[in-house]
Amino acid sequence: MQQETTQRKLTWTAVNTLVLIYAFVPVVWIISLSLKDSASLNDGNFLPVSPSWASYQQIFDNPDFTRALINSIGICLIATFVAIIFGTMAAYAIARLDFPGKRTIVALSLLIAMFPQIALVTPLFKIETALGLFDTWLGLIIPYITFALPLAIYTLSAFFREIPWELEKAAKMDGATPYQAFRQVITPLAMPGVFTTAILVFISCWNDFLFAISLTSTSASRTVPAAMAYFTGATTFEKPTGPIAAAAVIITIPIVIFVLLFQRRIVAGLTSGAVKG
Amino acid sequence: MAEIVLDNVVKRYPDGALAVDNFNLEIADGEFIILVGPSGCGKSTTLNMVAGLEDITQGRLLIDGDVVNDKAPKDRDIAMVFQSYALYPHMTVGENMGFPLKLAGVDKGTIAKKVGEAAEMLELTQHLDRRPSNLSGGQRQRVAMGRAIVRSPKAFLMDEPLSNLDAKLRVQMRTQVSRIQKNLGTTTIYVTHDQTEAMTLGDRVVVMRGGVVQQVGSPTELYEHPTNLFVAGFIGSPSMNFLPGRLEGGGRITTSLGDATLPDELRQALDKAASSSQDVIVGIRPEHFEDARLVPEAKGGARFNVPIDIVEAMGSDIYAYFTVRGEGAHSADLDDLAADAGNDMHGGDGTSVTARLDPAARTRQGQEAELWYDTSQLQIFDAKTGDNLLEGVTRAKTGSENAPT
Ligand SMILES: Nc1ncnc2c1ncn2[C@@H]1O[C@H](COP(=O)(O)OP(=O)(O)OP(=O)(O)O)[C@@H](O)[C@H]1O
Ligand SMILES: [Mg+2]
Repeated sequence: MQQETTQRKLTWTAVNTLVLIYAFVPVVWIISLSLKDSASLNDGNFLPVSPSWASYQQIFDNPDFTRALINSIGICLIATFVAIIFGTMAAYAIARLDFPGKRTIVALSLLIAMFPQIALVTPLFKIETALGLFDTWLGLIIPYITFALPLAIYTLSAFFREIPWELEKAAKMDGATPYQAFRQVITPLAMPGVFTTAILVFISCWNDFLFAISLTSTSASRTVPAAMAYFTGATTFEKPTGPIAAAAVIITIPIVIFVLLFQRRIVAGLTSGAVKG
Repeated sequence: MAEIVLDNVVKRYPDGALAVDNFNLEIADGEFIILVGPSGCGKSTTLNMVAGLEDITQGRLLIDGDVVNDKAPKDRDIAMVFQSYALYPHMTVGENMGFPLKLAGVDKGTIAKKVGEAAEMLELTQHLDRRPSNLSGGQRQRVAMGRAIVRSPKAFLMDEPLSNLDAKLRVQMRTQVSRIQKNLGTTTIYVTHDQTEAMTLGDRVVVMRGGVVQQVGSPTELYEHPTNLFVAGFIGSPSMNFLPGRLEGGGRITTSLGDATLPDELRQALDKAASSSQDVIVGIRPEHFEDARLVPEAKGGARFNVPIDIVEAMGSDIYAYFTVRGEGAHSADLDDLAADAGNDMHGGDGTSVTARLDPAARTRQGQEAELWYDTSQLQIFDAKTGDNLLEGVTRAKTGSENAPT
């Protein structure tokens, strides 16, 4: 028995290490590239011989990049916020209420999620230029919300279904109005779900390249993934590998912060102890 | 504290299911009412209608003389204890108990004081800062009670509040519930499945079946004067034994236990009841059997010989189980009861009978014994309708308890 568990532990450790190595090699490589100077960029070493911050300096001196960073943060936060607000309300209704057309709503939102985004680029471009939304924050926020909502509704309604129905009845009996019951009993319990969904939605907006590149034309609303495509080297013949790597590292940081910040809120089993059995 | 009146209350769910039909009950201020019945008979539905969690399809619900059919739960000032406790997991015990007061806009000092008092009554004082998930089942149950108590509502509604506790804790909590209710004098409606809770807690018991009230009365009334086969079989544990029988002229009755002569008061009552048919179902409670040797010859009753299948000596009583030959008693009421008890399989031939005997009885497993039963305590039901033909009869108190030992 004892031996079996040690062996099992060893096996798991080996498997985990393998997976971690597989996942981390590209990350370390990018970091390493971002720290190399242009001379040693192609020297074939996995780790930089003489690390330098030159690439980072270069991108932060580039007003296009700093502006793009602000755009990215602003656009993604707003899109996430709005999607979560509407997603929460829709998911609550879907999980808790019986109303005509409920299935249709769920089916429609799934349909939107499955729709190939590339097919929408040209029509969206035409619509946005006609409406004057092209190359504005709003021009990106709207499609982001559209594609984030199905994700949000789906994840959130699964979380809402987990919350015991009786808690709401109990709140009603304790004298709560429907809004008070939602606000003071359901929302706190749904928080882990809301945060999880927020992380997923934020990441999906943050990583978008397709809409960012096709619905923007200047640094007024261009987000980082798109801005990176416009990086230029010191000379026309030089590839901007170092700055691109540095930018890639930089845009990973907010996501890591976002996840770490909210992860503590995602306490598994928060509803335990509410009802028995 | 309040008087609650249900006036012809009907509940039909949107899917067409008739859950409660024509429910009439007047609950006096401070009364403790028990709702019992098999699963799915509409107990929770009735309770939820009083609470305001379910709409009333037809009829009126009055609290203190006001029709409250259309009032939201929060405007009825009624507290409810749920079977699953339904504690708020993100709040501490103290916050859980204080939640109704907080919603009512009571100031912090008063909340703390009232929660403190309730916690004291329920022995929860040292747990006030803990979360429900860290409490034992019994403690959670008490928190749920505390949440109901703190705001001194007009009435308590409890839906099988003790059914998730283990047997021992259930006994403890039962007495506690009873004590709290007596102390506060709050009108209470209590739903239960449990025989003992039904018999010991309530002032009056309402027996329901398929959404229809069968009988309302004090526990003793229901036990001694059940209105029909269903109530007779449902109330009492171990339950009443039923045997098909035939009324012969002159107060004689034939069952698979043999012939017996009915006492005069029963015979007269039967004559008055004027049942159309001679076929009846005879009900005998287990305690109305006795070892024939312990009963003096002069005492009337009837005797029979039967091989005993199983003997269980409980110390204070002996339970003897035996099987009598012949077709068992059949009626819709009894089939319902059997289905609820989970033994709706008509296995084997003959009817199994339970007798509760005096510990001095000398019955042995597998041996033939002569048993006696008290004919003055027989219940006789119409075999077709299931109605008790002897409902109003006052009987001579000659149970086997008085038998010499
Ligand atoms: N939401 C609902 N929609 C339709 N029918 C329902 C609904 N809730 C209950 N019923 C039906 O109403 C009847 C009474 O249900 P109820 O929950 O009141 O039973 P109960 O007496 O509390 O049973 P139990 O002892 O199992 O809790 C049942 O036949 C049930 O199927
Ligand atoms: Mg129920």
